[in-house]
Amino acid sequence: MLDAIGAGSVEDLFRHVPEKFRSTAKINLPDGVNELTVRQRLAALAAKNAAANDWDLYLGGGIYHHFIPSAVDAIISRSEFSTSYTPYQPEVSQGTLQVLFEYQTLICQLTGMEVSNAGVYDGASASAEAILMSRRIQSSSRRRVLVSRALHPQYRAVLATYLRNLTDVSLEEIPFNGSGTTDIDHVARQLNERTMCVLVGYPNFFGVIEDLTPLHELCQRAGAQLITATTEPLAFGVLKPPGAFGVDIAVGEGQSLGVPMALGGPGFGFFATQRKFMRNLPGRLVGETVDGEGRRGYVLTLATREQHIRREKATSNICTSQTLCTTAATVYMAFMGKTGMHRLAEVNVALAHEAYQRLIQYSKVEGCFTAPFFNEFVVRGKQLDEIMRRCAERRIMPGISLARWYPELPDCLLVCVTEMNDREGIDRLVRAISN
Amino acid sequence: MSEPSRTDPPQPNQSQRLLFEGGSPGRTGFSWPDKTPAVSESIPETYLRQEIPDFPELGELELLRHFTRLSQRNYAIESQFYPLGSCTMKYNPKVNEVVARYPGFSLVHPLAPPALNQGALELLFGLEQMLAEISGMDDVTLQPSAGAQGELTGLMLIRAYLSTRGNPRKKIIVPDTAHGTNPASSTLCGYEVVQISSNEQGVIAAAAVANAMDEDVAALMITNPNTLGIFEKNIEAVAEVVHDKGGLVYLDGANLNALMGIAKPGHMGVDVLHMNLHKTFSTPHGGGGPGAGPVGVKTFLRDFLPTPRIVKTATGYELIEDMPASIGRVRSFFGNFGVLVRAYAYILSLGGDGLEETSRMALLNANYIRSKLERHYQLAYNEPCMHECVFNDRNQHRNGVSTLDIAKRLLDYGFHPPTIYFPLVVSGALMIEPTETETPETLDQFIEAMIAIAQESRETPDLVKNAPHTTPVRRLDEAKAARKPVLRWERPEVER
Repeated sequence: MLDAIGAGSVEDLFRHVPEKFRSTAKINLPDGVNELTVRQRLAALAAKNAAANDWDLYLGGGIYHHFIPSAVDAIISRSEFSTSYTPYQPEVSQGTLQVLFEYQTLICQLTGMEVSNAGVYDGASASAEAILMSRRIQSSSRRRVLVSRALHPQYRAVLATYLRNLTDVSLEEIPFNGSGTTDIDHVARQLNERTMCVLVGYPNFFGVIEDLTPLHELCQRAGAQLITATTEPLAFGVLKPPGAFGVDIAVGEGQSLGVPMALGGPGFGFFATQRKFMRNLPGRLVGETVDGEGRRGYVLTLATREQHIRREKATSNICTSQTLCTTAATVYMAFMGKTGMHRLAEVNVALAHEAYQRLIQYSKVEGCFTAPFFNEFVVRGKQLDEIMRRCAERRIMPGISLARWYPELPDCLLVCVTEMNDREGIDRLVRAISN
Repeated sequence: MSEPSRTDPPQPNQSQRLLFEGGSPGRTGFSWPDKTPAVSESIPETYLRQEIPDFPELGELELLRHFTRLSQRNYAIESQFYPLGSCTMKYNPKVNEVVARYPGFSLVHPLAPPALNQGALELLFGLEQMLAEISGMDDVTLQPSAGAQGELTGLMLIRAYLSTRGNPRKKIIVPDTAHGTNPASSTLCGYEVVQISSNEQGVIAAAAVANAMDEDVAALMITNPNTLGIFEKNIEAVAEVVHDKGGLVYLDGANLNALMGIAKPGHMGVDVLHMNLHKTFSTPHGGGGPGAGPVGVKTFLRDFLPTPRIVKTATGYELIEDMPASIGRVRSFFGNFGVLVRAYAYILSLGGDGLEETSRMALLNANYIRSKLERHYQLAYNEPCMHECVFNDRNQHRNGVSTLDIAKRLLDYGFHPPTIYFPLVVSGALMIEPTETETPETLDQFIEAMIAIAQESRETPDLVKNAPHTTPVRRLDEAKAARKPVLRWERPEVER
């Protein structure tokens, strides 16, 4: 090969790189190891983590432990899906493109919205992108953003980071009330002709189901857009979806749809809106078309919104996204199907409510909020640290302590119950908390 | 190599059915036999829906066939050579897939107490250090989900730093060879973009930067090697111009696969950079992600890094949230952890020596293709190339054959095309990045196909212009897709 190139050595190929750089470029890392050693080293690290195959988890808060049918990993492990690039050459990417078209359709059906993009990074950046999209739609006289304090605290943190440098936008927090929902009266007082959009969790961070009907009425009257961010889209197996309330932009984290927890990533952000806002969407969109012989096929479309065409005028800077995770979600939703999604959501509601009732009845905790919830709820108990310690001894993680984000909820625990927690497990949880 | 057939007739109904176009009421791949109380006993009816309209109703085997058949309509690294420039489509080792699926990584919750996730934190801490060593930077954050989010994070760090010195400034200088994400990230960070031109050697001259540089410029974004595959040999002088006026230098590390053991960005005057783990560090692209875009900084920017930071103490690894100067979070939880595990395993496998060899072989392969094709295709710049080389379509254009046609014809030969029409400074660009993981035999087959297409362009140009002939679909009508966008399936009126 060197002969063909006309070089004496591989070093000749980069002799034009200044000597100063070359002489200090050595990488001081240990020598490589074989595959067996890699597995052993990584297994040793993995063994230092408390994993859900070994522990009873009641943790949600944006990442959920759900059953994943074996077929999901089998499909996304196919290297045709896992080792292809973004489908820039549609003739040899119909697999990925059709999956994304199906994904967009499934997300629309699940959320009740009219159009969906092919996914973004996560629920948090989706929330930030939703506000940026509203900024593109609304007139420049509307730049106040109202964000519910009951929205996931990390989502609030990320959107604050994203918006900090856009000096025209102001973020204002809306408190929650004793029912655990966003304070509607406060929203009503704050809405005015300068409000761009209102962002609430649905269900919110406390697992509580917001009442979107009055929120939407208020927003519509004030000319503000209503955005929902969902951490647990399985809820839409039984709950009326955002589209049923006239929500303008519905986003969220899709991890619970067939993606393992993996310390919180990779999952994906879903992003749906109304048809009239289609051209303001960030990220990739797949559209249907035909080939020269009239056969149906799919392509990336409306690319003039995107960074590789529009550069500094693009709707977003996103390029590589989370396609393999949206592929997993497509396979997952297809396997669950209409009956499966409904049934699984029912099972989650039933187990979570059973756990809630039994905890309130038989252990020393009380309910914190009064509004209906899906599969997560907040309880208040004395000596939370002691409860956590007792549970840890029995390999139970009973919930997420809320004090670090909500000083006003000092003794409160966010408890999540899914189909992975059975009735015997709930027995163990109640016993661990009560004595 | 035999010439592919040009006239395979389309099969009737070859188009794949969609998930929504079949099935039977009640069919599902999921069952849960236990009786449960009605949802309405727990949640008032007014909040509930009865069903998800039009959701699929298919069985397990028909679904497996559906997705398996779809997968067969993709080109992928494990089935085709995929020399997509600037994308570093190298082999994705299988051991990385195995270890990322260990329950101790895949079944851990991000909000579990740090004491119960010590192995994960140790891995993240170790990966930060490895990436700092490879890039020559002092500290690294792993939070960004992809290269573009890394860029945004890096620019936010620059803005936060400049703000503490009294003025965030207004502009970012971006070369005309930059990835589109560079200007898009700049806008998102509240900056105006000033584009500068590369010179006749395809690189940025210090004088061009000096012309554009003033005290309103926050930073220069530079890619090295740039998207022409050319080493920015003036980078140190360029950095000095920027630093002299109080600006910072951002390096787009998309092409780090060319540099390991050859030059460290941290030694070139770079203050901030991002790395694409789904390029240089072999994590699979997944049809468009997930990737990871860690950001490396020099010490003076450390306090601005996203929270939380992982620190090593006498008793173990802890999370530090309290960093008043931090830009805050750019992503939920710890970033794309599963991707980070794969990259960690890759670096462990190769070691320092192996990574250095990786870049050397990437250069060898790119230069080999360059030298074999330069008599058939015109080089965009006659400069030494690093890990990728860029041609244009001027020779073929005489016969009316364009880069798009060449790309489509390559599909008939069973190769994924190079990146086309990028960088924008090259008219009809064909950007070829073979990576280090290809054998000489594969490179030769690709070279033969390219030469054959050059010949076809002269002798039978229509054959090239009407390609592809053998793919599951022919050229698709992209204009139609954009004119009347159909972005989802909807039940036909007659069936409603």
